[in-house]
Amino acid sequence: MKKLLEINHCRKQFGGMEVLTDLSLSVEESRVLSIIGPSGSGKTTLLRCATLLETMDGGDLIYDGVYAARDVDGKAVYASPPELGQIRNMFGLVFQNFNLFPHYSVLKNIMEAPMLVQKRNRDEVEAEARDLLEQMGLADRADAYPYQLSGGQQQRVSIARALAMKPKILLFDEPTSALDPELTGEILRVIRRLAEKKMTMVIVTHEMAFARDVSDWVVFMNGGVIVEQGDPREVIDHPTQERTIQFLRRMQEQ
Amino acid sequence: MTLMTMIAKMSEGMGHTFEIFFLTLIFSQPLGMLVALMRMSKNRIVSGITRSVISVLRGTPLMLQLLAVTYGPYYLFGIGVARNKLIPVVIAFSINYAAYFAEIYRGGIESMPVGQYEAAEVLGYTKTQTFMRIILPQVVKRVLPSVTNEIVTLVKDTSMAYTVSYLEMFTIGKQIANSQTSFLPFVVAGVFYFVFNAVVDFVMGRIEKRLNYYR
Repeated sequence: MKKLLEINHCRKQFGGMEVLTDLSLSVEESRVLSIIGPSGSGKTTLLRCATLLETMDGGDLIYDGVYAARDVDGKAVYASPPELGQIRNMFGLVFQNFNLFPHYSVLKNIMEAPMLVQKRNRDEVEAEARDLLEQMGLADRADAYPYQLSGGQQQRVSIARALAMKPKILLFDEPTSALDPELTGEILRVIRRLAEKKMTMVIVTHEMAFARDVSDWVVFMNGGVIVEQGDPREVIDHPTQERTIQFLRRMQEQ
Repeated sequence: MTLMTMIAKMSEGMGHTFEIFFLTLIFSQPLGMLVALMRMSKNRIVSGITRSVISVLRGTPLMLQLLAVTYGPYYLFGIGVARNKLIPVVIAFSINYAAYFAEIYRGGIESMPVGQYEAAEVLGYTKTQTFMRIILPQVVKRVLPSVTNEIVTLVKDTSMAYTVSYLEMFTIGKQIANSQTSFLPFVVAGVFYFVFNAVVDFVMGRIEKRLNYYR
């Protein structure tokens, strides 16, 4: 299987505090990887490093064989800005807080980047955008503005916005954490459908049941390192590490 | 002198008042944006110098700045005072107002959530595209009430051009008031500024309403 994302020996410090320590993971094509762990474990930082919003201090970052960063003597050396631009084209990111553009309609939120960045034809992009909205159950909200939508609807738009760029891999940063509990289901359903369509995904999540159902591989992080990883049923139902057991017990109590 | 002649004479200066107003508005807005960006520059020298310049421009009277720009070149370099005083007047006003607009824009830009930049960055927008398409339109909406405030002040500040004897409406009014020993020209001037600002308020209100299509 082809590896779409590969992170080797990633290190990241914030003001002398080691947030990620020699962390490695990879995601193969058509696979879904879930990252779980307590807050402060470094999982969001890892995702931000993977999406180039944060720079690693050391390590390799490789998308589909193309190096975004290469470890040279323990230091991450990043590719040139145009090369990084190409790499940004390979992945999409869905934020916890959606980060839709409030001054754009739903349709324009989805259409602008493909037209502006990928220089694609308007008619083609619009047809695809409307199709994506249809899939998200939002066909009738194309002309609405983000503030007129519920959190769940906004998150579905932001997923559509990411998908409109035709990424090879889609990353989610706690996609349901900003939502009311009754709205998380609609987002999880969308992600599950993407998994069925063999979309390659990395999901940072607190939804344990969902992580177990949807992912092919689960990584449990704590203190900037991977404590345990493996088949989701193994890790979540039969954890072997003390830290994992504690964490999962606390999640259950909530 | 009748009231009508006074108004007629003062009206001749209104054109100049409008000139100062509109030219200052046109020049100070983009200049203010440029100054705001320099003030936020990561280069410490650029941001430091900009900060000092803003502090001088905001910390000294506009009247002094008018005098300095109009007569400074003569005293410093022996260059003759500009025949058309509109030029130094507009330069002084534009620079002074740019300093104020710069701080308003900076406040607006800094109030933007980081998530907007990050969303655009991940989608592959360049820095310029992000600023022009995502950030600036939202900043304009955010700063509009403060900008309106400045524009209202500008309308009234045009009267300060009388310090360099530029023949705008207020300068003429003051001359008539002196020669006729009458207070009436000041009343006329007051009404004029009030009506002018009522129009400014109306126009800015319309623009604010048009930007209300999103939150």
